[in-house]
Amino acid sequence: MTALNVTLDELDPGESGIIVEILGNDVIASRLMEMGLIEDEPIAMIGRAPMGDPTEYSVQGYRISLRKNESTRVIVRKDP
Amino acid sequence: MPNDIATSKPVRIVALIGNPNTGKSSLFNALCGMNARVGNYPGVTVEQKVGRLLGTAECIDVIDLPGTYSLAARSADEAVAVNVLSGDLPQQSKPEVAIVILDASNVERNLYLFSQIYELGLPVIVVMNMWDRVTSEGLVVNAELLSQRLGVPVVCTSANKRQGIDELRKKIEQTLRIPNASPKPEQLARSMFPEAFHHEASQLSEWLASQGRKSSAYQVDRLLIDSDGHFQKTICQSGLPEIAERIDQARIRLQSAGCKVPMFETKARYAWVRKLIDGAVVRQESRSASPSDRIDRWLTHRWVGMLFFVFIMFLVFQSITLFAQLPMNGIQWLQSQASSGVEMLLGPGALRSLIVDGILAGVGGVLVFLPQIAILFLFIAILEDCGYMARAAFVMDKIMTTVGLSGKSFLPLMSSFACAVPGIMATRTIESRKDRMVTLLIAPLMSCSARLPVYILMVSAFVPATRYAGGWISLQGIVLMLMQSLGAVVAIPVAWVLKKFFFPGEPATFLMELHSYKWPSPTVIYQRVWERLVAFVVRAGTLIFCTSILIWAAAYFPGDHGSLDASIVSLEKATTAENQPAIDEAQEQVNRERSRLIESSFLGRIGHQIEPMVKPLGWDWKIGVAVIASFPAREVIIATLGTIYSLGSDQDEESEGLQEQMQLAKWPDGKPVFNLATALSIMVFFALCAQCSATLMTIRRETNSWRWPIFSFVYMTTLAYIGAWLTYQCFQPWS
Repeated sequence: MTALNVTLDELDPGESGIIVEILGNDVIASRLMEMGLIEDEPIAMIGRAPMGDPTEYSVQGYRISLRKNESTRVIVRKDP
Repeated sequence: MPNDIATSKPVRIVALIGNPNTGKSSLFNALCGMNARVGNYPGVTVEQKVGRLLGTAECIDVIDLPGTYSLAARSADEAVAVNVLSGDLPQQSKPEVAIVILDASNVERNLYLFSQIYELGLPVIVVMNMWDRVTSEGLVVNAELLSQRLGVPVVCTSANKRQGIDELRKKIEQTLRIPNASPKPEQLARSMFPEAFHHEASQLSEWLASQGRKSSAYQVDRLLIDSDGHFQKTICQSGLPEIAERIDQARIRLQSAGCKVPMFETKARYAWVRKLIDGAVVRQESRSASPSDRIDRWLTHRWVGMLFFVFIMFLVFQSITLFAQLPMNGIQWLQSQASSGVEMLLGPGALRSLIVDGILAGVGGVLVFLPQIAILFLFIAILEDCGYMARAAFVMDKIMTTVGLSGKSFLPLMSSFACAVPGIMATRTIESRKDRMVTLLIAPLMSCSARLPVYILMVSAFVPATRYAGGWISLQGIVLMLMQSLGAVVAIPVAWVLKKFFFPGEPATFLMELHSYKWPSPTVIYQRVWERLVAFVVRAGTLIFCTSILIWAAAYFPGDHGSLDASIVSLEKATTAENQPAIDEAQEQVNRERSRLIESSFLGRIGHQIEPMVKPLGWDWKIGVAVIASFPAREVIIATLGTIYSLGSDQDEESEGLQEQMQLAKWPDGKPVFNLATALSIMVFFALCAQCSATLMTIRRETNSWRWPIFSFVYMTTLAYIGAWLTYQCFQPWS
């Protein structure tokens, strides 16, 4: 099976994946990780806001809203 | 230990801390009732809330710390939380117990913050709040097992239903008597940090101690982990040489040892959390759509979501205008009753004028905003507590990012169209300090309801009643609409400039938890609305009250009021006698006297002095004076213009008499003072100027500094002057 690594913003509604890596080591990266977006954590895309940004995700059993500039920092392995 | 003033018993202090949306404020209210003391921490814009624990023999104060996800101390809120918990804040003794509140339905992420607090060495009590959801949704959370593993008491509560509160109260007393043993080093999440980090941390700690800066293990950890964090900034500013280099070098060594800063911390902490909850907490299956997700599918839907948002906003603002009108009239009626009561008791004179025109008018001017504020905050509290507010920010975020703000700024700005005071108070829901400051500084530009009377007066007197498109579109309506939207349009470049030059750096993050929808709790809503109302009356009230008196004094003194008082007496006699010709004559006499006195008052003298300054705007000294007198509250201009154009001070915007008088006013050379250009220049000035002491005082209160109200005043007045000048210069040749 070939692993399909994409950035989080490329997930469509209903799609999910496993977090592989958070890019960067600045405030955004640490915030994302503090909120539970860490390696090997499953994450699912719930839906986009009416104007396409931000997007609602489900992680660690709760819902979080991320803007595109944040979700592009997250590399996920898409679930088949 | 500080002593209580009333009972002189020692006051014990405990701190309440947790993630946002864990029901912390309901728990605080359940523990302390409604008598919290609200203030600001010295030097920062973070709200300080302290309450006395109810139902205990001892005096125990509960400090409600700001909701936070982490103690990494990157924001002012987090820094305050760390400083309070470690006793580093001046004028605030160190709490003896930390009560950590967790959302029982999301234990895993909530324990991240706990893992940091656990390392501070304070005795800890864990509260699993929203326990009712654990039982109703059949979640598996073994609180007892967690308590055993951690060696700290764990109490399960449902704060909005007041369940488990007594037990928590007992646990607090018990822990204050016999503190639970501090955790062993191997119990802490810190023990899972890589060896290389422990090595660097102990070296840095030794060096700091040798420099006479003994620091706690937690502080040293934070120094190493948070690049440009709060502790690094404080210690670098305190003038310790080479500290910045030492930290940098340590970080480079860590990097080359394969310890990725700051990633390793979150990784280690979550690994610790997982080990801790293994077998005690079963995670909710996140794939299946919850009822909340199903609601979200509609409320954030492309069309339905937008329509619903517009509908909610429409509902909020219609309610403000509809339901506030009656109580507002009531307040105005009370004010006029009180005024006539005073007029019955006191003869005309300085004291009566001070009470009626100064104090009652000032207090009434403040209280009249109360119904609007109450209704707006009622809606905000309901929308926030049920979970829609976060969705509204989610829906509006994209539009707001175009001006560099976030979705959370939308509602405060929208509310400012009714009144900037509740709008500015509503910026508290914005966590990012920079976004909050920018929102708060542009909020007074939104066209508030107090500007409308001024526009109506000017438009109906000086804009031609031309109609287009078969009478469907009126020029007056267009001008009115342009004036209403001018502030919002100007706010866009202002927001951009503020963001670029005054609050630069720090890429905007908009990580926002969308917590599940729930029924709003009446006690939480009542508490929030009540707090805001009290704060408004006390703070803004005292200050707008003082400014009103100042303006009153400037318009009253100096001058011999003897003949005015005499003519008022004859007017009152004529009114009692219902002698119409005598009333008219006496009224005219009173008006003449008033206008003579205002011209010779301090305010009138200032008016004459500033005439050269306001002349480029097309104004004469009378308009200048009216504008100055309306700095405490802009709608005052109508009454002042009325007084100056000698019509008595009971004017409203539709009064034909005032319009006529203004149309007849002439410059010394015989040209009319007012024309379309003058009227537009006055309106533009009012659209952009910060003529509202209540707003400025609210900015003062919310930012905890005089700097920002002064800044707002200066920038808005400058904008207003330039705007009015440009308008006059552009339109003068046409009129």
